[in-house]
Amino acid sequence: MTGPASPNSAVAVSLTDLHKYFGDLEVLKGVTLKAHEGEVVSILGSSGSGKSTMLRCINMLEIPTSGTVTVGTETIRLVTDRKGVVKPADRKQVDRLRTRVGMVFQSFNLWSHKTILENVIEAPIHVQGRDKQDCIEEAKEILDKVGIANKRDFYPSHLSGGQQQRAAIARALAQHPDVLLFDEPTSALDPELVGEVLRVMRGLAEEGRTMLVVTHEMGFARDVSNRVVFLHQGQIDAEGSPETLFNDKSNERFQKFIAG
Amino acid sequence: MDIQFFWESLITLIPGIPLTLLLAFLSTFLGAFLALLLATMRLSGIRPLGWFAQGYLFVFRGSPLLVQLFLIYYGLSQFPAVRHSFAWTFLRDPYWCAIIALTLNTAAYASEVIRGGLLSVPHGQVEAARASGMSGFMLFRRIVFPLAIRQALPAYGTELILMVKATSLASIITIMEITGLAAKLVSETYRVIEVFIVAGAIYLAINFILTRIVMALEYRLTPHLREPRILTALALENESAGEIS
Repeated sequence: MTGPASPNSAVAVSLTDLHKYFGDLEVLKGVTLKAHEGEVVSILGSSGSGKSTMLRCINMLEIPTSGTVTVGTETIRLVTDRKGVVKPADRKQVDRLRTRVGMVFQSFNLWSHKTILENVIEAPIHVQGRDKQDCIEEAKEILDKVGIANKRDFYPSHLSGGQQQRAAIARALAQHPDVLLFDEPTSALDPELVGEVLRVMRGLAEEGRTMLVVTHEMGFARDVSNRVVFLHQGQIDAEGSPETLFNDKSNERFQKFIAG
Repeated sequence: MDIQFFWESLITLIPGIPLTLLLAFLSTFLGAFLALLLATMRLSGIRPLGWFAQGYLFVFRGSPLLVQLFLIYYGLSQFPAVRHSFAWTFLRDPYWCAIIALTLNTAAYASEVIRGGLLSVPHGQVEAARASGMSGFMLFRRIVFPLAIRQALPAYGTELILMVKATSLASIITIMEITGLAAKLVSETYRVIEVFIVAGAIYLAINFILTRIVMALEYRLTPHLREPRILTALALENESAGEIS
């Protein structure tokens, strides 16, 4: 267990009784979860368990059907329109909260027409309105930190998957986020490239960043996270510190899951 | 072969080039905005707007440009209401009639080109932009449009060439662009072959240059689709120097 997280620190993200339907299919069946500042939460579960959907509800890439999402102290206001569709009451509020939440996707999703440096400075300059020169200087530092400083003038298509994912992490960091969301960040990578991305993520955890990580990397969940959440069929089936959870032989479902 | 006459024809037709280019560029330029509007309407998911765009496409893509030109130039002037309206300042003038017809026509074709480009934008990249706090016009301007136009450019280049050739129809409504001047010269000399060979050669030359310009633009916009040759050399240099300048 690493990081300075303690249950006493402030709540960074809070989900309360989150439900999400896709048509008639209920993907989330009442999920309640808190992540404290500085905490690294690994979210495990088999495919279809709702873990990605839950993560994507935090920055409103999926709009929950009911329940509340709070980032820091600000709760995202949702309304139901006349057709019964739930949507954010205030788009501006969502945009504002999104700048405070950095997201790393499974398939990187770097902007293919921009260089790595341009990818990293895009949102800080254009969304957050920060000074361009400052952003460039900072971007260089961040790229150096994730180990791809020499790739900054390349385009994403010129990089390996591992390098692209580290660039995507740099892009998320450049936003100065309060919370980092990782949606299966190593699942699209060749096995030999997984390590370089996990190393960067481990470094971020050690800095005390608040991270919610949907992952299949048991090593990361066990060694790096403060807390592990196991989702099963849209509900939190088990939750606790990695030691407790991984050693709790009584939880058959979780033991079966980690045994593969 | 009467080289002398070829030369004289060329000298006669060259003054028509600026007008041909003006008609082609101005209508393609204006048509691009209309096309973007139509493509957005089509993709908006708002049914009446989608129907309008589809109806527009059906009419302007499905009927001959020459017929549209006749209807606008000769047809509209039949209505006293048109002649007494503000629009008459434009519609009485064959140049504006040609530009309007060409614009309306290219907008139909180009809207499909742009729609294809917009549909090709990877969803994940749009999602990443949203996740970073972008929305609305900024999202369109910074991410969606630049990605779409890179896909659409090859087809749009073809549309531009089609437009240059389509301007020749404007000669029918008394406009003295290249083809108009050629027709006039033929009626004076009765030497159809020579004059139209020269006219055709001028169009070829214009389109050759245009093709090169579009190719150069495409090349500039798509460094991400090429091997990073120069960049690789630079990066290797940096790596060996152990320092990134």
